[in-house]
Amino acid sequence: MLLIECPWCGQRAETEFSYGGEAGITRPIDPSALDDAEWADYLYMRNNPCGSIKELWNHSQGCRRWFGVERDTVSYKIAGSFKLYAGEEK
Amino acid sequence: MQKNRLQSGGRIDRTQVLNFRFNGRAYQGCAGDTLASALLANGVYLIGRSFKLHRPRGIVGSGAEEPNAIVQIGSGAATLPNQCATQVLLYEGLDANSLRGWPSVQFDVGSITNWFSRFLAAGFYYKTFMAPRKLWSFYEKLIRDSAGWGHAPTKADPDFYEHRNAHCDVLIAGAGPAGLMAALAAANSGARVIIADEQSEFGGRLLSQTDEIDSMAATDWVAQAINTLAQHENVRMLPRSTVFGYFDHNFVTIAEHCTDHLGAHKHTTVRERLWRVRARQVILAQGAFERPLVFCNNDRPGVMLASAVSTYVNRYGVCPGREVVVFANNDSAYRCALDLDAAGASVKAVIDSRATGAGDLQQEVEALGITVMTGHVVTNTLGSQQIRAVQIAKFSIEGTVPATLPAQDLVTIQCDLLAMSGGWSPAVHLHSQSGGRITWSEELHCFVPDGTTQNCVSAGAGNGAWELHDCLRQGLEAGKAAIEYCGLEISDLAEPKTEGIETNSLQPLWRVPAVKAPDRCPKQFLDFQNDTSVADVRLAVREGYRNVEHVKRYTALGFGTDQGKLGNINGMAVLAEYLGEPIANVGTTTFRPAYTPTSFGTCAGETVGQLFDPVRKTAIHEWHEAAGAKFETVGQWLRPWYFPDGDEDLDAAVKRECLATRRSVGIMDASTLGKIDVQGPDAVKFLERIYTHDVGKMKVGRCAYGIMLGEDGMLKDDGVMARLGEQHFYLTTTTGGAASVMSWLELWLQTEWPDLDVYLTSVTDHYSTISVAGPTSRQLLQAIDCDTSLDAADFPFMSTQTATLCNLPVRLFRVSFSGELAFEINVASDHALTLWCALMDAGKNFDITPYGTESMHVLRAEKGFVIVGQDTDGSVTPTDLHMSWMLASDKDFLGKRSLRRPDALRADRKQWVGLIPADKTTVIAEGTQLIEDTAARAPVPMCGHISSSYDSPTLGHPIALALLKGGLERAGEKVYASLANGKAVPMTVTSPVFYDPQGERQRD
Repeated sequence: MLLIECPWCGQRAETEFSYGGEAGITRPIDPSALDDAEWADYLYMRNNPCGSIKELWNHSQGCRRWFGVERDTVSYKIAGSFKLYAGEEK
Repeated sequence: MQKNRLQSGGRIDRTQVLNFRFNGRAYQGCAGDTLASALLANGVYLIGRSFKLHRPRGIVGSGAEEPNAIVQIGSGAATLPNQCATQVLLYEGLDANSLRGWPSVQFDVGSITNWFSRFLAAGFYYKTFMAPRKLWSFYEKLIRDSAGWGHAPTKADPDFYEHRNAHCDVLIAGAGPAGLMAALAAANSGARVIIADEQSEFGGRLLSQTDEIDSMAATDWVAQAINTLAQHENVRMLPRSTVFGYFDHNFVTIAEHCTDHLGAHKHTTVRERLWRVRARQVILAQGAFERPLVFCNNDRPGVMLASAVSTYVNRYGVCPGREVVVFANNDSAYRCALDLDAAGASVKAVIDSRATGAGDLQQEVEALGITVMTGHVVTNTLGSQQIRAVQIAKFSIEGTVPATLPAQDLVTIQCDLLAMSGGWSPAVHLHSQSGGRITWSEELHCFVPDGTTQNCVSAGAGNGAWELHDCLRQGLEAGKAAIEYCGLEISDLAEPKTEGIETNSLQPLWRVPAVKAPDRCPKQFLDFQNDTSVADVRLAVREGYRNVEHVKRYTALGFGTDQGKLGNINGMAVLAEYLGEPIANVGTTTFRPAYTPTSFGTCAGETVGQLFDPVRKTAIHEWHEAAGAKFETVGQWLRPWYFPDGDEDLDAAVKRECLATRRSVGIMDASTLGKIDVQGPDAVKFLERIYTHDVGKMKVGRCAYGIMLGEDGMLKDDGVMARLGEQHFYLTTTTGGAASVMSWLELWLQTEWPDLDVYLTSVTDHYSTISVAGPTSRQLLQAIDCDTSLDAADFPFMSTQTATLCNLPVRLFRVSFSGELAFEINVASDHALTLWCALMDAGKNFDITPYGTESMHVLRAEKGFVIVGQDTDGSVTPTDLHMSWMLASDKDFLGKRSLRRPDALRADRKQWVGLIPADKTTVIAEGTQLIEDTAARAPVPMCGHISSSYDSPTLGHPIALALLKGGLERAGEKVYASLANGKAVPMTVTSPVFYDPQGERQRD
């Protein structure tokens, strides 16, 4: 069971979190301008690297904040957690 | 009469006699015995019958590695199947039985399979029972009855289990010399230490041997160490606790066996405890397993591991034989000869396959007058239900193993016990589970840990350190290193003094040739538990199997309760021989948790029965119970399903409830609806992106039916949403979707649009919702002192306002899920029951009828209202549901772009229709497939499926809702519902709105 660092709450067991897939998938500003292939790429295509990947996690049983985790898909080692934007917290 | 019990010695208490039964016969043992040691003390050698060939089997080992002595303990609800007799601690009244053997384990009819064993090679069942296919179920039952394992209890487990979370600096698995030394090194630093060992006592091999440490008996050193550790509050000692799983990020699971050794208790305390430990450092010191040797009839009762024999002599005061032969390819078994001699047994010979013999120990053995025959092997055993003699032959390994041995050279030695040792295999299970690599050591001839991926270190015999001083030193170093890692002060503990001896290195001996080839000679077993022999592995290679994982599955090598702890290594080595490859290339099968069998009770812990899943009840629940409601679970909620009047069944109650609602007024507890409060300057902007309709144009006080799509354009959730203020909205979600919708909204807000100033709050539990529906619902509310006008002109359909009902502040919504004039009342949950009772009281004058979820479903189906998750399955677009009118064209919203994808525009998409059976009587089961052509040959093309189906009380005939290919254009056509019994019921396609299509009643 992974030990995940929530940027707001600290290290917690994996059971407190839920997974949100690959991080850094940005929603297109104007989806209507995209052709089908470009839209499908945004919608479905995800990286599945053998190694380091940045992914979204939600502290769903805690503070309910979404944040990023950099994790190695082979060793499961976590390089670190990060907040998703630099702006001021609400 | 414990005929094999020694007069003195051992760690048992001879004054505490314990009575127990095995296969119905009464025996006596001593406190401190295991079931295995007690049986051996009583001279019971035959413990069971083998899995496939029903061969007689006895005790081989003394711990978790035991393949044969697997028994059923007790009976009834608390019976324990497949227990290892070597691990079951004896208690007064223990009742154990063999797993197999009918009519008795001594005379087993099934043993005739052994006569045909030449034909029962690997893959026999696969090859033989392939045809005719239909008879397989018949064969399967016979085979399963004949083979089979223990009997699972048929009643609920009466015992208690618990889970416990813990954190520590250093977790030590195994409390032998290395583990204890590591614990001592860590204890003084103040580190939080957990040391666990599967045995009832700490000490590991030191309890079984006669070593000296620091000039005292090893057992005294152990006692001193335990005493020292006990004085440290920072050290938690867990005996009878198996570290069975090593997971990510140093998360380790331990099964603590709390009460089994106390006997038949009253199930009042925790039987087993699962420790879930997060450790900063793990020290793996689980030791090693001794290997059996592979020769003909090496499975006969009375053939035991040399170390196990020493354990029974030294630890349990039991001498398992009178006339003993020792057979080994390494020095350690010589200790067994010394132990047996000291116990008064006659050691007839030590057979050593090495031409060189042993080091110092050989001289010790020979000084006692014991014959040592170097360059010899045991090639066969004689006897029936117990070993009677061994056949030995001259032997030398020159290059490869000879195919056969010359028959004329055989010498027979009478004996009643054969102690064997093929060397040692480190228990690398946990290291391997942690992700660490293992590598074949050409020097030690075993797999050893090599490189870790987590914060752990192996020490002692588990790391290939056979000699005691090496174990102590590695334990000490591991303990100190762990403390250093934790940033604590390292103690100056010194390595204890032990006497070293000269040893000769082991010479690998993976199988002993016989006088005939492996498939002609008596069975040479590799895996006792699965009856896998050398011939089976040879056959597998001949038939083309190359990979060790495939050979395992073809021959069953390494399956079962022991998971090949003894047999695997010999099997892999023999496989390597027949493949002509080095063992390192063949590798091992994968080590997976659990290290030893772990009970379902331990895995489940407290989460059984009522604690299996939390139950959510509405604020009005107690009224429903008092009214005799039948409940159904919706997610975690308990909701009234229907309210039977007297003996009414579901159908009768639903008919009455529906008709009353359409005629006068029905009342329903809708509190479980998901409710989300949305506030902030950017609330409109946010919701415009979430919902498909034009949120910005909604006036304050208006409600709208809103749908949310996933980015894939499929319907995700629906519900009424209302604008309570310029920057304030109130959303409802489906009961089941409440949490996921909330999390999904937060995802967009936090990750994609952090610039929006919007706050979401779940208010599901804060407000209870009472739905009052029916033509007289308005009069009912007026009758309980409503302070505002409810007339359609002042309070039109799809609007909301605050009000006071019976002096309680409420919020009213004029929305309808039944198609009738209806009001949904939100009230603070504390007041919900009061309001409900007031409504019921006043409702007596209006024929008020409470209704449950089933009537709610029927009423909405008559109106063609969709239920997300029942009528949709994540592959249905709003267009498929006749909801194109809800898609705003002049804005973007989630999923909008996907509605233009080619797949979303296909003409043959499954779309939402109503169906009425042509006979107007048959209620079709939900999930039934629809077909076009009743004469089509199988596989019949399917054109849709029924998602909702009810007998409509209002219409007087059955109705169904379905997703039908091209359904939007097919009103009036005929399709068939294909029933499980092969019949097809003709159905007429209609609009999904069966009742009041113009919606006049709800707008009234």
